[in-house]
Order: sequence, then C-alpha cells, then structure tokens
Amino acid sequence: MTKKMDNTTRYERLRERYMNGDLDRRSFLGMIGLAGLAYGVQTPFAKYAHAAADQVRFDGWGGVVSEAFREYAFDPFTEKTGIPVVDGTFGGGDEYLSRVKASQEGEYNIAHLSGVFDYARYYNLGLASTLNEENIPNLKFVIPKLVDVFRNVSDGALSCVPYDYGTTGLAYNRKYISDEEMKEKGAKILIDEAYKGKIAGWSDWRTRIWYASLQTGQDPNGATDMDAVWDAIRTHRDLSLKYWTSGAELMSLLAEEEIYVTEGWSGRIYALQEQGHDIGYMDPPNGFGWQECLFVMKGSPMEACEELLNFMLAPETSIAVAEGQNYPPALDPQQVDLGDKIPTLPAFDPTGTLSGLTFADPDYWNGNEAEWSKTFGRVQKGY
Amino acid sequence: MSVEAREARQPWILLSPALTAVALFLFVPLLFILVYSFWLRTATGADQAGFYLDNWREALTDTFYRDILFSTLRIAAITTLVCALMGYPAAYFIARSKGNKAILLLMLMLPFWISYIIRTMSWINILGVSGALNTFLLWIGIITDPIQMLYNETTVILGLVHFLLPFMVLNVFVSLEGIDTNLEDAANSLGATRWETFLQVTLPLSLPGLAAGGLLCFVLGAGTYITPLVLGGPRDAMFANLVFEAIITQLNWPLGSALSLMLLAVLGVLVMIYNRYLGMAQLMKGLG
Repeated sequence: MTKKMDNTTRYERLRERYMNGDLDRRSFLGMIGLAGLAYGVQTPFAKYAHAAADQVRFDGWGGVVSEAFREYAFDPFTEKTGIPVVDGTFGGGDEYLSRVKASQEGEYNIAHLSGVFDYARYYNLGLASTLNEENIPNLKFVIPKLVDVFRNVSDGALSCVPYDYGTTGLAYNRKYISDEEMKEKGAKILIDEAYKGKIAGWSDWRTRIWYASLQTGQDPNGATDMDAVWDAIRTHRDLSLKYWTSGAELMSLLAEEEIYVTEGWSGRIYALQEQGHDIGYMDPPNGFGWQECLFVMKGSPMEACEELLNFMLAPETSIAVAEGQNYPPALDPQQVDLGDKIPTLPAFDPTGTLSGLTFADPDYWNGNEAEWSKTFGRVQKGY
Repeated sequence: MSVEAREARQPWILLSPALTAVALFLFVPLLFILVYSFWLRTATGADQAGFYLDNWREALTDTFYRDILFSTLRIAAITTLVCALMGYPAAYFIARSKGNKAILLLMLMLPFWISYIIRTMSWINILGVSGALNTFLLWIGIITDPIQMLYNETTVILGLVHFLLPFMVLNVFVSLEGIDTNLEDAANSLGATRWETFLQVTLPLSLPGLAAGGLLCFVLGAGTYITPLVLGGPRDAMFANLVFEAIITQLNWPLGSALSLMLLAVLGVLVMIYNRYLGMAQLMKGLG
C-alpha cells in the first residue's frame, strides 16, 4: 500500500534522505526554509481568496443606517444562507468611489449609493455589473419609476436595485427658530445674518450648489447665473460655524446646540426627533430629493449578491430596514402594505409616484462635476 | 571569500529586510505617485496616461495652492513654537526629577495609547457649547451664554499641540539627560546664578534636542489632515486637506499626486537644512 503523499510525508522523506547522508545540511535547511516561506506567503492570501468567494462585502453610510442594515438584513441573511456579509462604511459617494478606483476588481461588492448621478458615474467608469433580474424576483415590489431611471442610464440593464429614498431638507432647532419663520424664509434662512455662527451645511459641493440655486431663485437642475450661486455659497460659508462631513457630525452639531439650522438628511433628523430633540424638518419648494440603490460592482460574486439583494427587497426585510434607518423603502405602497411607521417618515410618498420630489438630473450634475467640485473646494476655503 | 569581503557584506545582509521594506513600501509607491502626477484626469473621472505638465503648472503657479501652503507652514510654525515653550519646562522637570522619571515618562506616553482621532474629538466635549468648560463657566456664573470656542484656527493649533507635545518633550528630555550635570555644578561654583547657568550652559547644550523636537513637530504638524477637519472652521483647511479633496472629492489623482509631492518637497528641504546644520543623529536619539 502506498503512503498518501502529504506535507508530513514529504518532510519525513526529506529528513530520511538527510539522515542517510543523501542530502547535505545546507540543502536540507534550505528546502525546509523554502517550504516555510511558500506556506507563509501563500496562507494569508489564500485565506482572503477563499473568503472572497464565500462572502459579500457591503459598504454603506454608517451610523443608524448601517446598524439597521446589520440588524434587519445582514444577520438574518447570513443565518438563512450561511453567506457572511462584511460591512464597511464611507462618509460620501466621492470618497467611496476613490477607494473602489484604488482597489482590485472584486474587492468591493455592493454599495449603498445615493442618487442616479452616482450610478451614472460608476457606470461610465466601467465599474458596473449586469444583474440577472430572474434571480431577484422581489424587484417586482419596487416603485417602477425608481427602476426606470437606472435602466435609462445603463441601456436597459440594471447594475443596482433601488432601495430607499429621502430628502436633504432644512433642519432647525425649534427652541430658537419657529416653524412659521422657517416657512417664511425657506432655504434663505441658511444665509440669514441673524443666525451667524449658528448655521452649518454639508461639505458636499452638489448640496451647496443646489441650496444656493434655491437661495438665488434658480432651478436647482439648471442654474443659469452661476456667479450668483457662488456668491450665495460664499455668504453661507461666512455665516457658518462649520461644514459637517458625516451624518454623525450633523446629529452631534444639532443635538449639542452648536448650530440652530442646517440642511440635513431626512432620516437622520427623524432619528434625532425620535431621541427627543426638538428639531424641526422642512423640505423647501424644490428641496433636494434623492433615491438610494444597492449597486453591485463588476467582479463581484454575482449569485451571492443577487441572493442578498432579493432578500433585502423582500417586504418584511425592506420594511424593517426602513423603520430602522428612517428612510422610506423603494417598495411601491400601492402593492405592499408598509405598516404604521413608514407613512410618518419624512419624504414618504403614499402615491408611489414620487411626483412631489425633485431629483438631481444626472446629465446636468455629472456634466459640471469636474469644474464645480474644484471651484467649491476653493470657495469653501475663503476664495 | 575573504574575511574582509564577508565582513563588508554582513551589514548589507542585516540591512536587507529593512531596505526591501523601504523600497517596496516607500520608494515604489512614491514612484507611482510621481508617474501619476504627469497624467491627466478626464471629464468622466478616468485617468489619461501620458506625460503632461498641466498638474505641476497648476500646483506651482496657482496662488490658491501657494496661499494654503503658506498658511499651513504658518500654523505648523506656531504649533512648534507653542510646543517648545510648553515642552521644554516639562522635559526639564522630568530630566531633573529624582526617582520618579519612569512614571513621568509613562504618563507622557499614555496619550499615545488612545487613537489620535479620539484625542482630537475629545476637544469637542471640552470646548463645545455644551462642553465641560462652558458648563462649568455657566455653573459658577462667570458667563450667562455659552462662548463659541470651537471651529477656528486657535482650536486647530490647540489640537495639534495636544498631538505633538509629547514628541517635543521626549526629544528635549533625551538631550537634557545627556548633559553632564557636573558642568552645571561647575558654573555654579564659578559664581553663576541658577538662571545664568541655565541660559549659558544647559540651554545651549540642549538645543540639538529642541531642534529635533521642533523639526518633528513642524513636519508632522504641516502634514496633518484630521485636526483641521475636526476642529477647524470652513476656512481653516491645511495643505493635506487639499490633497484629500483632489484625490477623494474631485477624483483627480494626478493633481493630488502633484500636490502631495509638492508638500513632500517643501518638508524635505526643511529636513535637509536641519540635517546640514544639526545632523539626523539627534533626531534618531529622540525617536529611540
């Protein structure tokens, strides 16, 4: 009977040759060293390679949003399928895109992207996968309008599934600013001298330009007087205490009363209200509406990703996540009973048409991205 | 192989792991950054390979980058000065204390056990409108409304001093420890007062340590990114924030590469000047 050839057998034979004098000491130690080196180098990378095929990496916005995803979607999914979901966070779409660009294909799998403009950017950079929609039957529950806008970008195919929507509206501390004053001043309250040092804003160039367009009475998807827009951004900058860079910072600034008014993400403001803070929230006319999607990167394990997307779109999962993160789900309220809490969330549209929200036009924003993001970087610093 | 040849080869064999690491993890990435700085960003965000001088022309001629660079160097210089003024007495006290040096040095090192970001953010809880200081001042009735202390250049410098002070203290401490105290005794026996002894003997002999600490504080301060982001206001960006924006927000890696090399070159010149006049040996002692 022949002995099974494994590493132990190989070592034993080598040792026997050495003991018999067939192999000099230098060669014996050299071969042992080479074997150790090969094992040491191979093992950690092999571990990642095996892991990559057996797990899905998901990146999202952190904070209460990630907590909701983890609790209501990822953990139950892993329990059901045995596929682990590794979740990471990012502070914004730009930062995440930079990370993806620096990575190897397959390193990042699914991202919770915001806006059709981000979808278009990823698609144009060749980072998009093509989903097999047959593996995602729960896609039928999604508001058709939300699906169609993505299809239009990617020639009829889909690289993502819509998941939720919300607004970036005006958040204010009711102790210092009344609802009536907010209604009267609208977006212009962010450039009101009376609140100098108690105003803040997101450091995102799109949001700054959107609100400056509103403050100067222009269409946020088609401003014609950009000088006026930049002047309004400068005014806001000079009156602001600081630009916030994450949802956690936004919540902290409002909760600690460092600021009285800022624009803010509807779900985060709702979370503050749930915590008992007397923070008001208002979407001004033409306020910034956005839809978020679960985008699958090229090179990802598609079947596992599609299984996760389908699980996440199941009404029970989607509703639980939506209630946890405080953003209405992309599910069509005409098809699915969304329960009691979701209709109370900011930006919720019971008709499922989303006709009351103004979304960013991807062509307009992506066409000006290079110039405006750079100019904003300068204006932000006093120029 | 002759004994001489073997002896000549031995240091290189011992150095080879470190040299390999430096080559792989420092020089090769730097080379990539250098190559990238000559590429161009296209409108879609993709990079266009080639040899273009546009990024360098922009980085070197645009007054925006020059102004922020000078502002960064100014903030780093102020931070270094404050660290020197605060760090020297602390180092002197530790060096001249009897019996409890180890405990004092341990206390000096303790902040390093906590994340730099957490240490920076702790100032929000101290200086914020609802922070410890405002709460205390309101409680004892000195003020009736909270004072806005955060998000300005002063808090950026404060955060940097908090981060960099241990580097200064350690360098000065090492220098003071190396001074023969008999020299101070000799000065005293020749009629010098304690103050004169300090000014004419101790201080000049400890200057290399002060300079090494100053260099470390300046270089680390000028390259910082987190502190102005967390504790600064809209106008308090430093040069590293520009690099971040170019690479992350604008997805302009070629310009970001040129900017990062520009900062590296400026700080490199400062290190070379230091090395020319004081040598790197003192710095190594402090770091050790």
